[in-house]
Amino acid sequence: MVCSEIILAVKKLFPQFSVISCEENYADELIMKVTPQIFKEACLALHKILLSSVVMLFALDEREKTGKFVVNCVFLNLRQSKWITVSIDIPSETPYFDSLAQNMYSSSFFEREIWEMFGIEPKGNPDLRRLRLHDEVWPQGNFPLRKDFTKKVEGSLGEYKFSRVEGKGIFEIPVGPVHAGIIGPGHFRFSVAGEPIINLEQRLGFTHRGVEKLFEGRNCVEAIRFSECVSGDAAFAHSLAFALACEKICGVSVSGEAAYLRAIFLELERMYNHVNDIGGIATDVGFSFPAALSAIIKEGILQLNEKLCGSRYLKKINLVGGVSLNLDENKKNSTRIFLKNIKYDFSELTKILFSSVSFMDRVDSTGVLKKKTAKDIGVNGLAARASGIPVDLRKYFPGVYKEAGFKMAIEESGDVLARLRMRVSEFKESCRLIEEFLAKLKNGEKINFSPVLKEASALGYVEAWRGPVLYWLKTDSRGLIERCKIVDASFCNWQGLSYAVLGNIVPDFPVCNKSFDLSYSGNDL
Amino acid sequence: MGHILKNRILKGVMTRHIDLDLPQEIELCGGELLQIIQGTFGRSLNIREVDTGSCEACESEIISANNPIYDLQRFGVSFVASPRHADALLVTGPVSKNMLVALKKTYQAMPEPKFVITCGDCAFDGGVFKDSYYVEGAVNKILPVVLHIPGCPPSPLMIIRVLLSFLKCRKYS
Repeated sequence: MVCSEIILAVKKLFPQFSVISCEENYADELIMKVTPQIFKEACLALHKILLSSVVMLFALDEREKTGKFVVNCVFLNLRQSKWITVSIDIPSETPYFDSLAQNMYSSSFFEREIWEMFGIEPKGNPDLRRLRLHDEVWPQGNFPLRKDFTKKVEGSLGEYKFSRVEGKGIFEIPVGPVHAGIIGPGHFRFSVAGEPIINLEQRLGFTHRGVEKLFEGRNCVEAIRFSECVSGDAAFAHSLAFALACEKICGVSVSGEAAYLRAIFLELERMYNHVNDIGGIATDVGFSFPAALSAIIKEGILQLNEKLCGSRYLKKINLVGGVSLNLDENKKNSTRIFLKNIKYDFSELTKILFSSVSFMDRVDSTGVLKKKTAKDIGVNGLAARASGIPVDLRKYFPGVYKEAGFKMAIEESGDVLARLRMRVSEFKESCRLIEEFLAKLKNGEKINFSPVLKEASALGYVEAWRGPVLYWLKTDSRGLIERCKIVDASFCNWQGLSYAVLGNIVPDFPVCNKSFDLSYSGNDL
Repeated sequence: MGHILKNRILKGVMTRHIDLDLPQEIELCGGELLQIIQGTFGRSLNIREVDTGSCEACESEIISANNPIYDLQRFGVSFVASPRHADALLVTGPVSKNMLVALKKTYQAMPEPKFVITCGDCAFDGGVFKDSYYVEGAVNKILPVVLHIPGCPPSPLMIIRVLLSFLKCRKYS
């Protein structure tokens, strides 16, 4: 969809719409600059036309150059495979913009993030509690992502206000941040009436490490190693999304060989995580035998990873401009044999699970996330597909997946069983895809090119195992990063969990949680 | 049930299809570890794990150390759900400001004798996150750390090996 088409479409819904400028620097990105006055109406119109939730909403501090803040709101146009950004300049004297949250819930958390990190107020957002900078340890008025932030200024500390459910017979169960298992930290507060959960409030941000600030000022070729430390179980997807953004900026297009290799490793990452979650779901209903089997399969894949690239978590493979290693005939063969064996083991695992009546009873119709709810709160990735929303970046931005005949799995019921089935079908599809990609490797093509650094901005995106991982990068003329915005699928999907558990009993929370298996570190950054 | 039993008998050792490459010393070092822990802690070493802001790769590897292949538990080392049950605290991550209080409280909740082990490069000195505005850095500035397991993330074998060499040389009173 070219600029003029989209402007016409928006004008039909919102006649006063006009753009200051419209850029199409890349085939898959379109940026429309508008005035702050029409920002809200323009975003709502786009939301209606594209049927897209807000996939990214973030701010930049450009006060040194232009004296202004910039806020970008990104939508996804699935039909034309394009990311559409609405961009506004905000004067530094009056740092606020019109909130979208009352009309589009999916923007709410992004707005809270902008407020706490930049001090730009989303006017009209009813909930401005901070997500990551906890009131108990971080004084108000310190905005760490502003360029002039150097050191925390001491001030008065506050306390987080949980929303309370009151009434006869209602009591609260606070859990966390330190949980019983070997797992990341987060606080969950259940309000229950008897057994069923009537409200779940999450308080996350415990693993906040200031990742986005740490990216700033780094050379983008070297910073790729840092992107692997953002979320350890999606290290490859994160470094790939980062590399893709850098490559768009540098104007490098990677060779076909490198693209196949990247797809192979991306699918391996998906496989070990999916089988881990299948085991986790079994553990959480007390079915330890298949859990042990899936742990064996996961360990097998991790060891295969180590054999192929020297790292169990697929680190140090991606480079800006390609990949660092190729697979020789030996490695290809051992991968093929491994996949054959793993497929057999995996079918045993699914047979044990699906033939157990008591297991099926626990997962069937547990933790239902309705399609409408999922759409409204902007759930994406695997959790969205399990609720009947057909979104998968591998389908809409296919690249090498097109040649391999990628088939998107989808389920309708949105319960734990649907998410389990999604993982099973995606695991099998990943097996098949890897075999296809292995057959296409020729061993001869150059697999990496050296990038030429320049000043630009671009969006890199990957369908990781949880869902899309997005990296929006802006570099200066020396290739140093000015701003790096990361959105992991977990950021949108944690809200989905809050709705999925409603009406379920507290003992089913672990299995609901595991069926989403969201990242704490990817969310908290 | 019949299906599972049949499958179990037919398959024999579950790991047979997977080229596991399990080094021989693991059984041996595990046996030694068991002896030391039996001497010091009576029957077993109970560990409570706390994530203070790691990327969760360390957690994944600690879980892997407990999987049927490495099976740390068979040597008497087990991971417990509450600090009240723990002899040792295993800390991962660069200590985010948000986790500082939770980390201290978890340590306080443990009964004596107790010690702290750090796992992964972040917990040692903040690692790649040490310059952040929101990171406290090295765990040993906050709690008395007696052992560090290096790696990003350390492999399950590394975790087992380091635990052994530590318990071998230290007389814990």
